[in-house]
Amino acid sequence: MTKTQTAEPLVAPDVLERVLAKGRSTGAEFSEIYIEDKRSTSAGLDDGKVEQVTSGRDRGAGIRVVSGETTGFAHTSDLSERGLLAAAQAAALAAKQGDGGVHKVQLGDVLRHSVNTVKLSPDAVEKSRKVELLKRVDAAARAVNASIVQVSAGYGDSRKRILIANSNGVFSADEQVRTLLRVSVVATGDGGMQTGYDSLGHTIGFEMFDENDVEELAIRAAKQAVTKLSARPAPSGAMPVVIKRGSGGVLFHEACGHGLEADLVGKSASVYRGKMGELVASPLVTLVDDGTMTAEWGAIGVDDEGHPSQRNTLIKDGVLTDYMWDYLRARKEGRAQSGNGRRQSYQHLPMVRMTNTFVLNGKEDPDDIVRATKQGVYIAKLGGGQVDTASGDFVFGMTEAYLIENGEITEPLRESNLIGNGPEVLKDIDLLGNDFAMGNPGTCGKDGQGVPVGDGQPTLRVRSLTIGGTAA
Amino acid sequence: MSVGVPELQKLADSVVEQAKPGEQIEAYVSRGGETSVRVYEGELEHFVSAQSEGVGIRIIKDGRTGFAYAGTLEPSAITEVLAEARDNIQFGTVDQWAGLAEPDGVAQIPQKFWDEELANYPTDKKIEITKELEKLTLAADARVRAEQSNYEDGWAETAVSTTTGIRESGRGNSCYVSVATLADDGDEAQTGFGFSVGDSPKEFDLKKAAREAADRATRLLGATKPASKSVTIVLDPYVTSQFVSILSSALNGENLAKGRSLFADRLNEQVADPRFTLVDDPTNPLAYTATDIDGEGLAARRNILIENGVLKKFVHSSYSARRMNTKSTGNATRGGFSGGPGVGCLAMQVQPGGKTQAELIATIDDGVLIQDVAGMHSGVNTISGDFSTGASGIIIKNGTLEAPIREFTIASTLQKMLLNIIDLGNDIDWLPMRAVGLSLVITDVMMSGS
Repeated sequence: MTKTQTAEPLVAPDVLERVLAKGRSTGAEFSEIYIEDKRSTSAGLDDGKVEQVTSGRDRGAGIRVVSGETTGFAHTSDLSERGLLAAAQAAALAAKQGDGGVHKVQLGDVLRHSVNTVKLSPDAVEKSRKVELLKRVDAAARAVNASIVQVSAGYGDSRKRILIANSNGVFSADEQVRTLLRVSVVATGDGGMQTGYDSLGHTIGFEMFDENDVEELAIRAAKQAVTKLSARPAPSGAMPVVIKRGSGGVLFHEACGHGLEADLVGKSASVYRGKMGELVASPLVTLVDDGTMTAEWGAIGVDDEGHPSQRNTLIKDGVLTDYMWDYLRARKEGRAQSGNGRRQSYQHLPMVRMTNTFVLNGKEDPDDIVRATKQGVYIAKLGGGQVDTASGDFVFGMTEAYLIENGEITEPLRESNLIGNGPEVLKDIDLLGNDFAMGNPGTCGKDGQGVPVGDGQPTLRVRSLTIGGTAA
Repeated sequence: MSVGVPELQKLADSVVEQAKPGEQIEAYVSRGGETSVRVYEGELEHFVSAQSEGVGIRIIKDGRTGFAYAGTLEPSAITEVLAEARDNIQFGTVDQWAGLAEPDGVAQIPQKFWDEELANYPTDKKIEITKELEKLTLAADARVRAEQSNYEDGWAETAVSTTTGIRESGRGNSCYVSVATLADDGDEAQTGFGFSVGDSPKEFDLKKAAREAADRATRLLGATKPASKSVTIVLDPYVTSQFVSILSSALNGENLAKGRSLFADRLNEQVADPRFTLVDDPTNPLAYTATDIDGEGLAARRNILIENGVLKKFVHSSYSARRMNTKSTGNATRGGFSGGPGVGCLAMQVQPGGKTQAELIATIDDGVLIQDVAGMHSGVNTISGDFSTGASGIIIKNGTLEAPIREFTIASTLQKMLLNIIDLGNDIDWLPMRAVGLSLVITDVMMSGS
């Protein structure tokens, strides 16, 4: 789909006004329309072959109507006035309070709040250039070592235009471009097979590949697999853990990020409920969620409720300073939204979500952190994670890790999960480096919806975490 | 399929008819709807009513494949999708095995996927059921709160047509209720969930769902972190189902062809304890994921994968079968109109043993009943076989259940765990997942805690 799109609104403002009025026709106090038009391209290479190039188009509108504590929602792929009015009617009936009445909604100018700059729109780039990247990745990974037996690489880009309007007069638009490259490698040796993985993703266009070396990405993934061929089983039990910069943001995403989402706090489903103003982490920790962080995977101009993205400090010097908010939860508390109302697509209701979540720099030299650790584990790459926000227990996988012996990084370890309790781990952070970096692009899942998020941190040490290995 | 959808089939046919010389075309069209009800503190929190539709078109020419999709069935969009898929062909690498499935003469086993009562079920009753579930849950235990109580139903109609002569269409609907719970004890909170599925709402067992949700949340109150040691574990049916599901990747014929299966070169060898027999059988109507056709439109069928511990078969789509010089086992998978087919097990079933869970526990001197796991996606590598997950459960001492434990991991390798199965339960539970649940006893697993 290489046609260039025009900049006209997805649906005319007067149509939106009539749809929003229809949404309130059963007595609801709030109606909202979210319109999305997304074009995407993906290409996959596996086993040395470009298997398939895929073009996708997703377009539709979701209409939300709120009456008291009840939300009605309907979505449609029919963007004609007739289709939108029918969806508004369905949403209004779903939230019906019986009151009826005629409502008038007036919209002003569209708000545009741009945080990202796209130099080379993916639409303007030949698909052959996208496919070429995959072939370079394949060649670079295989050249690392004869033990590399399989390479799979994926390219994806998307360009999503959104328009949000509501009966309170919010009228916002954004264009969100994302470009992603990922590589998985299998190496084989005497002890069986091992895998390596790396990815690169930003909210910019194809210029991402002028600024980043795809061969380097491939080589990193390949070396990770090769290194693990000689890995020994990970230890079991609790011990000090040093996490390399830019690879452990998922720790905070799971250990406290989800627990600071106001919808979970509001239902007392978070271990951080009622802790505002209290010391919830080591005084070394300042945690920020920042949707404006240019080019990072969770960067957005406006959130999916039309609120401009912003930078929010959640924990300052270990003290809990704020939760993250969407429209409904902020309305209930009579406070401002924080730009964290997000949804997977027009087919989904918005809820409180993170954007780019990270811990600010500390003072330590990262090498000193390792040297100060007599015995422990050094994690160079973390995988995904999962948290139970009510108890605070969370797990995350380590995909590249090494033993620390007498202050030095020594032997590679096989993969395993780590387990900890959020509040305890946050307090156990005893060394924080001065080498901040953002990590790999991530997809955060909650209540069946996935949204792109970023995370980051400097090199740090947790005094005690449980490593889920098999070695005694 | 048992009930055809002529209108969608015609739409798929109309795409396929536009094939140019030398082109193979597959058109997959679908549409569906869903209702979602959520109740909180006796009030309707949200009501979602939604419809969606879409088309995915795959074209293969001279060994190259192109694909495109759109989330609409508008005629102009379908024309655009066809053109995009055709344009994408040129970027693919020539693959001698590329191609669509061809009818193989295997007959479909008819099953019932459509329930007329569900299709006509009134909205206010759906809300009523959801409120009732919340009420029952709160009544089950005074320490329990309900975070959310849900009713969900959905219907879908799909049709697939190909230039190779596949023409299949059908429709189905389903519904379930679920409840998420919290149990408080001072500063501590633990979570639980319960659910019930049925062809129609009249089959729901709300009491059981409420009971389970309350039990799951309260049983971990006061749980401690155990010390690290090697133990025998009993996997609850719900955990076994997740454990068995991850074996699908290693039994996947495409992974085998591409050197990503830990079972490579192990056909007809002992890969599991002789007590372990694993079948993939989507023709069994009791299975939640039962189906009459696979993702390419071939008849679904019963395949024995591991028999008495011996690896007997990998599952294949038509593509992986061509690569491995064998026939499709009817195991193409499909995630909807936005992607082409993959390969995987469809409805995995472990042959049950002879004991109840209580009888299994009675045989164990020193072990742990694993009631929940976390991080199956982050700590299990199906290529290397490394297995490590977070867990919670109850200590078993001298054949009886003792104190609850949490915040620990269990670890081994998939290869070793299959060989270390020492007993199986007879407590089959047809969970709403890809694999059946039953109690499974595995020895010599590392428990890591304090």
